[in-house]
Amino acid sequence: MNHLSRFAPLLGLFAVYGLFAILGPDSFSSGRNLETIARQTAIVGTAALGMTLVIIAGGIDLSVGSIIALTTVTIAASLQAGLSPLTAALIGILTGALCGFVNGLIITRFRVVPFIVTLGTLLLLRGIAKGLAGEQKIDAPLTYLIDLLAALPRGAWWIFPPGVWLLIILALLTGGFLAYTRPGKHIVAIGSNENTARLCGIRVEATKLLVYALAGTSAGIAGLLQFSRLTVGDPTVAVGLELDVIAAVVIGGGSLSGGEGSVLGSVVGALIMTVIRSGCSQMGLPNWVQEIVTGIIIVVAVAVDRLRHR
Amino acid sequence: MSIPKHPRFAMRGIRKTFGATIALDNVDFAVSAGKIHALIGENGAGKSTLMKVLSGALQPDAGEMTVDGSPFAPANPLQARQQGVAMIYQELSLAPHLTVAENVLLGMEITRRGLLQKSDMHALVQNALTELDHADIDPHVRVSSLTIAERQIVEIARALSVQCRVLVLDEPTSSLTRADVNRLFRVIQRLKARNLAIVYISHFLEEIKEIADRFTVLRDGKKAGSGLVAQTPISDIVHLMVGRKIDDFFPRSNRTPGEPLLNLKDLAGDPVPHSASLVLHRGEVLGIGGLIGAGRTELLRAIFGLDPICKGNITFAHNTGRATPAQRLAQGMGLLSEDRKDEGLAQSMSLADNLTLSRLPRGIISPKKLRASARQWISRLDIRTSGPAQFIADLSGGNQQKVALARLLHHDVDCLLLDEPTRGIDIASKADIYHLIDQLATQGKAILLVSSYLPELLGICDRIAVMYRGRLGPARPVDKCSEHSLMLEATGQEAAL
Repeated sequence: MNHLSRFAPLLGLFAVYGLFAILGPDSFSSGRNLETIARQTAIVGTAALGMTLVIIAGGIDLSVGSIIALTTVTIAASLQAGLSPLTAALIGILTGALCGFVNGLIITRFRVVPFIVTLGTLLLLRGIAKGLAGEQKIDAPLTYLIDLLAALPRGAWWIFPPGVWLLIILALLTGGFLAYTRPGKHIVAIGSNENTARLCGIRVEATKLLVYALAGTSAGIAGLLQFSRLTVGDPTVAVGLELDVIAAVVIGGGSLSGGEGSVLGSVVGALIMTVIRSGCSQMGLPNWVQEIVTGIIIVVAVAVDRLRHR
Repeated sequence: MSIPKHPRFAMRGIRKTFGATIALDNVDFAVSAGKIHALIGENGAGKSTLMKVLSGALQPDAGEMTVDGSPFAPANPLQARQQGVAMIYQELSLAPHLTVAENVLLGMEITRRGLLQKSDMHALVQNALTELDHADIDPHVRVSSLTIAERQIVEIARALSVQCRVLVLDEPTSSLTRADVNRLFRVIQRLKARNLAIVYISHFLEEIKEIADRFTVLRDGKKAGSGLVAQTPISDIVHLMVGRKIDDFFPRSNRTPGEPLLNLKDLAGDPVPHSASLVLHRGEVLGIGGLIGAGRTELLRAIFGLDPICKGNITFAHNTGRATPAQRLAQGMGLLSEDRKDEGLAQSMSLADNLTLSRLPRGIISPKKLRASARQWISRLDIRTSGPAQFIADLSGGNQQKVALARLLHHDVDCLLLDEPTRGIDIASKADIYHLIDQLATQGKAILLVSSYLPELLGICDRIAVMYRGRLGPARPVDKCSEHSLMLEATGQEAAL
C-alpha cells in the first residue's frame, strides 16, 4: 500500500507516455523526442526541487517565476560586463539564493504567511528585473552557458545535455538530503506538525530560513538553465511558471498542508506535464487541449491521493 | 408502587459485524425506569457501536430491542428520538450561533401564522432549565457564550423537550471541572427521580461508583459482566475491563530523593502562571494538581522554554535563567505534551521518525539504525505496533503516548515534565505508564507530573502541590493529602491549609 502510493506518480508517467506512444505519431516515441522531453523538463524540474522542500515544510513559494527572470537578467548583465561565464553563472545562482533568503527572513521574522510574502516578492522581484534590464532584453556574448540545454550533436555519448545531468544530480542530492540528514528530517517534521518540532527542540525559524534560501537557490539554477535556452536576459520570461512548478510537486505527491512530498515524485510530476505537452503538440492538438488535459491530471492526481489516504 | 412488567429499555442478543470483525456479539443490556445503568468498556470494546445501535444510527444484524415492552427498531436517530430514546454525545451538537431557546426548540418552534412566538418559547425553555436546577442560564443568549457544562444542560433540556424516556449520556464529564460534575450529578439525580431510565457511559470508575446503580462491562464486543455498583469493588470492575488482574495499579517503590535538580522561585509567565516556586529532586515524582485553566500546562511550557518567562528565577542542573527547548533538551530536560494530536507527535510521520526526532545524529543518517533503536523501545515499553515504519496516526492512544514517552527516554533526559500523561488512554496502557514512571524515579530521574485525575496524583506521586488561578501552593508529602484536601485547594477554598 505504502509502496504503491510512493510509485503512483511513476505509474502515471508510464501510463501517459504509453498512451501517447500508441495514439501519437511514431516520432513521439523516438529517442530524439525522449531527449527533447528531458531538456524541456529541466527548468521546471530544477525549480521543483526547492519547491518540494518548501511544500514539505508546509509553506509555498509564488516568487519562483520572478526569481528565474531576475536571474537571467543578472547573468546576461554580468556577461555583458565582461565577467567569465562561470562567475556570471554563480552570480545568477546567488541572486536566486538571496531572493529566497529574503523570502525566508520576512516569513520567519514578521510571521507573515508564506503565500502573502511570496505573492509580494513575485511582483517586487519582477519589478526589479524589469528595472535592471531597462524593460528590454539584455543581449549577452555567446558563451558555453548557452550549450547547457542545447540539443546534442548527433552521436554524442553523453545522452543528455549538461543541464539535464545537473537536474539528475541535484535531484539525487536533494532526495538524499531529505531522507538521510538531520536538517532534512527536521523539514519534514516542521511540515508534519510544527508544534511537535518545537517540542523536540528543532530550531523552526532557522530551518524555515534554510528551506526558503534553498528554494531560491534552486530557482536561481533554474534561471541559469532558462538563460541557457534564451541566450539573452529577459525580465518578462517565466511569467506564471511558479504554477507549473507547484503543479509538478503536487502531482508528485506533495501535500499543500505539509509533511508530504517526494523529490522523485516532483521530477516525475514535471515530466508528466512535459509529456502531455509534447504528445499533444505532436498529435497536432491545439494548446487549449493541452491545458485542459494538464488541469484534469492535476485534479485527478490529488483526488486519487486523498481517496487512498482514507 | 407496582413493579412494572418490563424494564424501561432492553436489548437482547444484539449482534453487529463489520466485514470479518464482530463489533458486538450477543449483547444483553437492560435499564429500568428511575435507574442509572453505567456502561463501561475500553476504547474499542464496542461501546460506541452499541450506542449507535441504540440511537438508530446503525441497525443490528441480529437481536431485538424494546422500550416499555414494545418493540423498538429505529431506522435513524430521528425515529429513536421520537420513540423516547435521546443521546447526549461527547461532542455536543448545538448550533453555537443560535440562542439557548432556539437550540432547545430547534425543529419544534412555536409559531402562530408563520411567525415565531418568541416570548412563549423563552418562557417554556426557562421553565425547563429551572426544572434542571439551572435557572441561571438565560434562554436569550447565544450558545457560543456558554461554558461546556452549561451547553450540556441545554442539550439535556432539548432531549427532555421531546418527552424522552431513555437518556443516554456519553462521557458527560470528560471536559468538566469537578464543581460542574457535582452539579451535573444533581441534575442526573433529578432526572432519575422523574423516572427516566439513564444509560451512563464513562471510564471514570470513581464517578460510576458515585452515580450509577448497576453496571455492565463490555470487552471485545461481548458482555464481560454486570452487577450492582454498590456491591462491586473498583478492582473487580477493572479486572472485567482488562480481562486480566492488574496488581498494584498505582505502584510506588520505596525511594529516597537525591540532590535537587530543578529549582523555581516566584516564576511568572504571560499571562499565567503568576507565581510558582518549587524544588524538584532526583528520584522524586512531584505532582501538580488543580483545575483546568489554573496555569499548570503553562508552567511546564515556561520551564521548558516554549512559553516566555516574565519574572522569577529558574535553575536547572546548574544552569540558571531561561533557555530554549533545544537548550533544555541538551541540559537533560524533556516535556511530554498533554495534546498528543496537535503537539506531542507528528501524526503523518512514522513511529521511528517520531521517536528519534529530538536526537537525530549529525552527518548522514542511517534509517536502519533509527529503526533499530525504535525497535528497542518498542519491546522495552511493550508498544503494540506492526513495526517502526508504522504511521503514528494508526496507533491507539495508549501506544501513541508510549512513543511520546519513549522519545524522552531515547533522548536520555534526567528530568521529565509530564503533562496529563494518561489522558484518554486505555487502562492497560495506564498501568504500564504508572509502572514506567515508578521505575524512572527509582532510577534517579526527576519527574514533574501534571494531572487532573486525583487518584493518579495520590497514587504515584511522592509530593503534591496544587495550582490555583496561576499560583502554585506548597508541595506536601502525599500522606498529608487526600482527594478532599486537594479539591479544596484546587478551588481556592483552603489556599492556606
